[in-house]
Amino acid sequence: MLVSNSRRRENVIIRGARVLDPTAGVDEVLDVRVDGGVVSALGHDLDTNEHHVLEGAGRVLAPAFVDPHVHLRTPGREDEETLATGTAAAAAGGYCAILAMPNTDPVVDSAAVLRALIEQARTDAVVPVGFLAAISKGQEGAQLTEMAELADAGAVAFSDDGRPVASAGLLRRALRYVRVTGRKLALHCEEPTLADGGQMHEGRVSAELGFAGYPALAESVMVERDLALAAHERRPIHLLHLSAGASVEALRRWRALGIDATAEVTPHHLCLTDEAVRSLDPQLKMNPPLRGVADRIALIEALRDGTIGAIATDHAPHSREEKDVPFEAAPFGVTGLETAFAALYTNLVEPGLLSLETLLARMSDGPASAYGLEPPQIALGARANLVLLDTGATWRVEEGAFRSRSSNSWLLGQTLLGRVAATIADGRVVYEA
Amino acid sequence: MADIRVMREHLLPPPPPARRHLLSVRDLSRADVERLLATAGSFAQSLEREVKKLPTLRGRTVVTLFYESSTRTSSSFELAAKRLSADTMSVKATGSAVDKGESLRDTALTLAAYDPDVIVIRHPQIGAPQVVAQATRASVVNAGDGTHQHPTQALLDLYTMQRALGRLEGLHVAIVGDVLHSRVARSLIQALALVGARTTLVGPPTLLPDGIEALGCELTSEIDAIAAADVVYVLRMQRERMAEGAAYVPSLREYSARWGITPERLRPAQVLMHPGPMNRGVELDPRAADDPRSLIGEQVRSGLVVRMAVLYDLLTTGPAPVPAAVAEEVA
Repeated sequence: MLVSNSRRRENVIIRGARVLDPTAGVDEVLDVRVDGGVVSALGHDLDTNEHHVLEGAGRVLAPAFVDPHVHLRTPGREDEETLATGTAAAAAGGYCAILAMPNTDPVVDSAAVLRALIEQARTDAVVPVGFLAAISKGQEGAQLTEMAELADAGAVAFSDDGRPVASAGLLRRALRYVRVTGRKLALHCEEPTLADGGQMHEGRVSAELGFAGYPALAESVMVERDLALAAHERRPIHLLHLSAGASVEALRRWRALGIDATAEVTPHHLCLTDEAVRSLDPQLKMNPPLRGVADRIALIEALRDGTIGAIATDHAPHSREEKDVPFEAAPFGVTGLETAFAALYTNLVEPGLLSLETLLARMSDGPASAYGLEPPQIALGARANLVLLDTGATWRVEEGAFRSRSSNSWLLGQTLLGRVAATIADGRVVYEA
Repeated sequence: MADIRVMREHLLPPPPPARRHLLSVRDLSRADVERLLATAGSFAQSLEREVKKLPTLRGRTVVTLFYESSTRTSSSFELAAKRLSADTMSVKATGSAVDKGESLRDTALTLAAYDPDVIVIRHPQIGAPQVVAQATRASVVNAGDGTHQHPTQALLDLYTMQRALGRLEGLHVAIVGDVLHSRVARSLIQALALVGARTTLVGPPTLLPDGIEALGCELTSEIDAIAAADVVYVLRMQRERMAEGAAYVPSLREYSARWGITPERLRPAQVLMHPGPMNRGVELDPRAADDPRSLIGEQVRSGLVVRMAVLYDLLTTGPAPVPAAVAEEVA
């Protein structure tokens, strides 16, 4: 389902890193050799031969990351991101695979658009990329897309991300029909009449700043509705970018009843609260919005206990002109591919809120499993999808240093701990710091 | 006349400008507020003279940039700057390059080319003054940004209350109406909390935002609650809030009956305030607006001296030296 370029796979050896694969239960200082893109040896003092050598001493070698939620803005807004720049940003962020959302212009709602994208990815993609297709034509929430043909053409899953499927009736039919494709629906939960015009989380801060509020309730009532529909139709669903404690509570309850529902959370919702919006910096405007402290704590707990299995950046590039406006006029969305690991290592792992092992699992195995992709792993015979992490290195997030075509990051100017030193995706070295 | 001489000595000449802004009441301390009100008081005295112009800001440039219609605020800022001998330039969204789709940032950069000392901006969107503050080197005064803040209105309201009632500390103010959409209310609640006054918000539950009590005020929907207040401050009820589909309140008729301010609802010792423009017959009975208890005309007069004080304060470094004698008199 993922599209790779056809460049030659390499022979690499990573020497003396702490090899950490939480899912496989590996945590040992080892050499790892990759031949023809496949892990061919794990051991001590392996021969380097003609292999390209990556020094791992003092670093962590982990299964590379998978981002289940990226906006590549292609087709339509290639000034903001292209397949080439978006996947290069992913490589720099330690990702070996990403999934692109279909809310482009035109929307990925026909096999023709999807096939053109896949064709382009075969030459341009730096790391393997999968494409979701829309649930409804034009994401207008009225008519289902030709899901069977889209799945045959390579759609990984279906989503109207960017907006909710407002009609419960349409979502129910989508859940029934998608069965013929064997794919999953990924749902953006937002009750439009409750979120209507909302600029930020409804609470103390919005009351003070005067913003129209986007209450947590707008998400959680939709999460409840969508889980109830999925349960009724006995279909698996994936819940996109959860932000509210009440949503997590609902998910936990339905999962306990045996419902097959997975979910993701973004680095910014894990690191920030609505207090940050006081700066009126448009780089802090996203949908769903940054929520309260209790919501943030609930998200971290859900990530720990596995209720939320995946971390997704919701990488949403915007041009400078679009974001250089008053907060109220700015579009929703921030970039995240190149900063996700460092942001989470700095704000969650370093202060002791999350273990490194859990972070690695939720950035790799979790998102891959949510979409039925083969999880990256460090094992003999496995395709090499590896990330080399320098957890002791600090770096400053600079506007000019992004590989992404856009720099609308909430972390501009901040100094972060933890840096991606190298990424091997699908057997190729795609990034070296 | 002796007082004025003392004052003029202190107001001349202004030292080089420190780059400071007035974007939100949140940026102010109690001392800042007290200093600004005292400065406004001393300007009020100067305006009683035959020649009303002071040379204080000669050579300085004040630009007003208005993206929303305004009578009171734009005219009082312009006159305030002129009274202090500053050069003024007013730019309105209509009839300027804004009409041609120029972005706020680019308009700000264009104006910055003239090296203005102060840019006074009114804009329908929250965060617009921050954009101007980032794009230029001028001191920026927020003259209203969307539903966020209108700090000079809050200052002139405090000034009016202090003049009429002789104190601010311990004063009880009831703010009545559409708090949810009111930048005036937000700034005033914060300003009243700063000076130790008590605030009660009164209005339909749909127009009182959850969480606003964190700014230090009480909330109620019972109009009878205004009886306990020294000041009844009535907010403008915008007709579009009652448009079909908005449905914050069912009808104008029901709103006026429940929350409209009539002379009968006011106690004899109470004073009435309104930031304007009024909707006579909606939030305010026309008889109440013209009642002797109304300070609405005073508020407009206060606008001039308070805005003079704000401009003066921004263009002089640190706390403006207000003569103790004048400060005492105002307090």
